[in-house]
Amino acid sequence: MNRFAFLLDRLSYEPRRNAKIRLMAEYFRETPDPERGFALAALTGALSFRHAKAGLIRGLIMERVDPQLFAMSYDYVGDLAETVALMWPGETRANRTPPLSEIVEGLATTAKLDLPKRLAGWLDALDETGRWALLKLITGSLRVGATARLTKTAVATLGDGIKPDDVELVWPGLEPPYEDLFAWVEGRGDKPFAEDPAPFRPPMLAHPLEDSNFRAFDPAEFVAEWKWDGIRVQASAGTGTDGKHVARLWSRSGENVSGAFPDLVEALTFDGAIDGELLILREGRVQTFNVLQQRLNRKSVTPKLLAEFPAHIRAYDLLFDGGEDLREQPFEERRKRLEAFIAREDNPRVDLSPLVGFEDWDGLATARADPASAGAGEDAAAVEGLMVKRRDSAYVVGRPKGLWFKWKHDPMTVDAVMMYAQRGHGRRSSFYSDYTFGVWTADADGERLVPVGKAYFGFTDEELAELDRFVRKNTTNRFGPVREVTHTAEQGLVLEIAFEGIARSARHKSGVAMRFPRVARIRWDKPTAEADRLESLEALIAQKEAAG
Amino acid sequence: MRPEDLLLPTPKGLYCPPADAYIDPMRPVERALVTHGHADHARPGNDAVMATPETLAIMAARYGEDFCRSRQPAAYGARAKVGDVTVSFHPAGHVLGSAQIRLEWKGFRAVVSGDYKRAPDPTAEGFEVVPCDLFVTEATFGLPVFRHPPPEREVAKLIDSVELFPERAHLVGAYSLGKAQRLMKLLREAGWDKPIHMHGAMVRVTETYAALGVDLGETIRVMAEDRKGLAGAIVICPPSALRELWARKFPDPVAVAASGWLRVRARAKQGGVELPLVVSDHADWDELRQTIRDTGAEEIWVTHGEEDALVHWCGTEGLLARPLRLVGYGDEGEGETQAEEEPVVPAEGPSS
Repeated sequence: MNRFAFLLDRLSYEPRRNAKIRLMAEYFRETPDPERGFALAALTGALSFRHAKAGLIRGLIMERVDPQLFAMSYDYVGDLAETVALMWPGETRANRTPPLSEIVEGLATTAKLDLPKRLAGWLDALDETGRWALLKLITGSLRVGATARLTKTAVATLGDGIKPDDVELVWPGLEPPYEDLFAWVEGRGDKPFAEDPAPFRPPMLAHPLEDSNFRAFDPAEFVAEWKWDGIRVQASAGTGTDGKHVARLWSRSGENVSGAFPDLVEALTFDGAIDGELLILREGRVQTFNVLQQRLNRKSVTPKLLAEFPAHIRAYDLLFDGGEDLREQPFEERRKRLEAFIAREDNPRVDLSPLVGFEDWDGLATARADPASAGAGEDAAAVEGLMVKRRDSAYVVGRPKGLWFKWKHDPMTVDAVMMYAQRGHGRRSSFYSDYTFGVWTADADGERLVPVGKAYFGFTDEELAELDRFVRKNTTNRFGPVREVTHTAEQGLVLEIAFEGIARSARHKSGVAMRFPRVARIRWDKPTAEADRLESLEALIAQKEAAG
Repeated sequence: MRPEDLLLPTPKGLYCPPADAYIDPMRPVERALVTHGHADHARPGNDAVMATPETLAIMAARYGEDFCRSRQPAAYGARAKVGDVTVSFHPAGHVLGSAQIRLEWKGFRAVVSGDYKRAPDPTAEGFEVVPCDLFVTEATFGLPVFRHPPPEREVAKLIDSVELFPERAHLVGAYSLGKAQRLMKLLREAGWDKPIHMHGAMVRVTETYAALGVDLGETIRVMAEDRKGLAGAIVICPPSALRELWARKFPDPVAVAASGWLRVRARAKQGGVELPLVVSDHADWDELRQTIRDTGAEEIWVTHGEEDALVHWCGTEGLLARPLRLVGYGDEGEGETQAEEEPVVPAEGPSS
């Protein structure tokens, strides 16, 4: 376990991709089976334990420390596993540290009643880094900046001429501790499995299109399509050598998300691979990201959820048609094949993302400003901008230069006053980084600020330090972890908030809800009395409703 | 009598009415008692300053000889009358010259600790327990997650890394006063006998340490043109310099930082640190509690840091405790905001 904990520790501080690959490869080379296989499983997110969950960890620490001190520490550190690893009392050390394989097998097989004692024994035997690694395993997300893809890339480097994609292709048939995989990669064994009929293929990504840099391009060489505000997915399906049909839904980063969308996966009866956007459609109408979010927030996938939030794919591209790889072909050619494919399949869960016609860049800018009139119609609220693609672009893995561009809507902005602050989690932990902001409104009691949203990014680390200091020095009240900060007509801090959309909301006191709000600028210079009013936000909604 | 008759939190700082003096005032006052030389505790422009000779020397080096009108040196343990109050300075173990200030008046004893630590530090006089009725403590690391490891272990990590990457320069972000010199000394004790390179911002303080008798071996100021030749070297610089263009001219630099904050991973990542060393000049959770118990004080005031948890703990021990929420402390050294830049102080003297 110590070696694995050391690896996670190093990975978590290593910013460079290639160095991460080297660290993992070095670990896999030096660590014997089955230890390294369990590490591989942990790093690729392939482990999950039925009884060992966050609740078990909380239970253990509560028996050992003052609950209030725990609450304050957790609030500060912002990560359960790390807080417990640091607070775990005592210097007791067993004579041996448990190997990772013992822990993984123990977590999987120990009876629920015996688990607390077993886990406490391991925690006593490990040092603080070991405890952190063990608790990270249990809470399920290592967050050391190594994706499944990167880890598989590291495995591939153990071999001679084996590419990450080769590992990807055999991956779905394998199970921890992956001894057959390592044997094959190291040239000691056969390729483990028949090739997967529904593998992940790394997607092609786009660069942001800045206003200045595209006017020089010839519009005739490009096509445009809507950028839908959903989740980019790859639907991969095919028939294996055993005659069985397999379908999988992959996220952009190669995580298998099939489990969350059984309704959609079941409908993927074709052979091929589609690149598209996962969206919720109701009666043919694309719902906003807000609606999709409601489905994503649920932990269990119930029949009711499936009926209320039916998942669809709006297809952008076709990577494979049956067994035929189309990725080398130009976009225009793939588009023709995609159109034919969609027509042929006639699948109620899969439709085609329409192209947006334009003569010149000004015309496209007009379409971007008003998608409803440019073909998106009543789905316009789910459009977050345009994709602009070269007609001759092959489907190139990664983010190649000069081929695909995304041209998002300009965000809306509002000047709001910081009202409350809370500490953040993850990278922002221990700083006051989550800000509730408000705008002015008038009621029977006179002028007051009403909270309209919460922003927790958009600033640099230096700005965060300044904001944190502002919060600490201007705290007027405390409600548990929440600090109220000065917000009067004379004193306080104005934040320029950028956001992607705004809608009416019955759940919010102010009656409005923003999408994707973030701090665009800190207005140290602006008096709070000059911040925006609720009426101007309501006017934005009215304007949008009139347009839609 | 009430403790407030002897000590009163005010916007200018802690005020002692029977001595008519402020302790570590935030704004210029007529009479200041200063615990140590960090900029958030020792500010220029006061009329009269009473502090240890080391602290006075550090203030003079940082702010210029005219940082105040009259200086009153206080040797550790020596008692003096200020107004009606008997005042003495006692080692706080924080940085060279750092002191706790003891005030006795009408049989009531208060100790204002300033910043302190109890872990051994070869560059500072060791912390001394001073029994009292009222103990005014810091709480920079006042949470049970902060338990500092032995500093030798952390310095060994640095030396291991230099051996592993002899082709790279190791840039260690450390505060100019105290942390930098402690690291130099720890490196010497770990057997590092090559010259230690330092950023220009810490030259003056390091020279002051040497003049006050702290032997740090050979220290060399980094000149711009020398940077590319410093593969395998250890370079100590202010934390902010790690993120500046200045740092990029070294051969494949490794970003190292030394601070108690680095115990929390997110803090290290926020600063882009690749090799975190948990070395602190403040008391950790265990030291804070031990010290409160050792002083025998029945009333505890907490000046700055993570005061809530420490105040809560005092309550569970049956001690009367209150947070002072003094604004202005924690802006240098390992104060509240780690990313805080060090103040730039003109060599000639205090700015108006």
